[in-house]
Amino acid sequence: MIGIVDYGAGNLHSVQKAFAFLGKDSSILQHPSEINGLDRLVLPGVGSFGHAMTEIRNQGWHAPLLDWLAAERPFLGICLGMQLLFESSDESPGQEGFSIMAGDCRKFTINKVPQIGWNDICITRRNALFEGIENGDFFYFVHSYRVSPDDRDVIWAETTYGGAYPSIVGRGRVIGVQFHPEKSGDTGLRLLKNWVERC
Amino acid sequence: MLTTRVIPCLDVEDGRVVKGTRFKQIRDAGDPVELARAYNNQGADEIIFLDIGATYRSQKTMVDVVEKVSRCVFVPLTVGGGIRTIADMRQLLAAGADKVSICSAALNDPTLLSRGADVFGSQCIALSVDAKKTGDSWNCYVKGGREDTGIDALEWASEGERLGAGEILLNSIDKDGTQSGYDLELTQRVIARINIPVIASGGAGNLDQIVDAVLIGKADAVLLASLLHYGTYTVSDIKQYMTKKGVHVR
Repeated sequence: MIGIVDYGAGNLHSVQKAFAFLGKDSSILQHPSEINGLDRLVLPGVGSFGHAMTEIRNQGWHAPLLDWLAAERPFLGICLGMQLLFESSDESPGQEGFSIMAGDCRKFTINKVPQIGWNDICITRRNALFEGIENGDFFYFVHSYRVSPDDRDVIWAETTYGGAYPSIVGRGRVIGVQFHPEKSGDTGLRLLKNWVERC
Repeated sequence: MLTTRVIPCLDVEDGRVVKGTRFKQIRDAGDPVELARAYNNQGADEIIFLDIGATYRSQKTMVDVVEKVSRCVFVPLTVGGGIRTIADMRQLLAAGADKVSICSAALNDPTLLSRGADVFGSQCIALSVDAKKTGDSWNCYVKGGREDTGIDALEWASEGERLGAGEILLNSIDKDGTQSGYDLELTQRVIARINIPVIASGGAGNLDQIVDAVLIGKADAVLLASLLHYGTYTVSDIKQYMTKKGVHVR
């Protein structure tokens, strides 16, 4: 069973509908105790880095999520949910993320902000997540900040927007994607299916 | 590299698509779910639903439409028409819309944009600007282009960005329905003033005009209605031509 963490930010139903379309059961978790017995966790998220971390702390999600991440259990962070894996963000100075990956999040300095639309990926570390997905395949992005990992080994795919930046990061079974797979048509559905079945 | 978006716009009233639709593969030309699915299969980058009924009943049925479409079409969905409150936005976003497009309600109360952006994030809030040339500049119009607000469209777009809109849906009232091409000057002038994406709308009559909106007008996305609905071209025809002319599309 897949759990989708609801800390009060973002439209979680799109993610749930995509799993339903794929025939995968998922439930939206409103309380941290509901984590028990789940196989996989999805952390979606829109809004600001600081607001999300504050809500995650206030609602008691911080400790259970950190335990889950530290144990490298199957995890997919989407958009802001990916950025929260890192230590900090220029968006909310002084707020600490989960710090599961070393590095921070920086605002795009050239081009329009936010980046809105379909952009392609270049796979830098091919693995089971990319079954049936090729370099140059498109995903739907909406974001103003991008992650900047200290350790380049966590970068699984890159995308170019005024320079290359990481669009998928991973370590073991903890994965973050900057785009919205649930809004990326057939390719996005394929990635979600791979994640459930192969990662 | 970020691609230029091609976005079909469907006019919906009481849950039915009302503009003529001539697709061979569609059994029910008025069914928004079937049409959205067809456009998705053609490669549409997003889909916009415009509630032209703007009655209470029509708004309620729009929520159902979004709910149904979002179960089977996995590209961004935008809903516009008659959205006046944060509660309206919440209802549509919860039903499966990714963005809401606000027009006259924001002119009446500009804080609607900032409040919406605070609650849902700027990426959910598109400001729709209906602009009509008035002398040497453009004014914002409301009520389907019938009423001049006297507000300068360029200044309003820039104010919309400041208030938290994530993108601008720029409709040319002069060009709408004429099939004589997008208002390139208006598009250029708005884009020169703001740093958020602009969707050009109104006037597409042939493939070269669509390419011009991007290469000359510098639009980030193009909105299409009649050209698609009457089956003149498919989204894939349009994208093939855009590629040939050097526009990067998905």
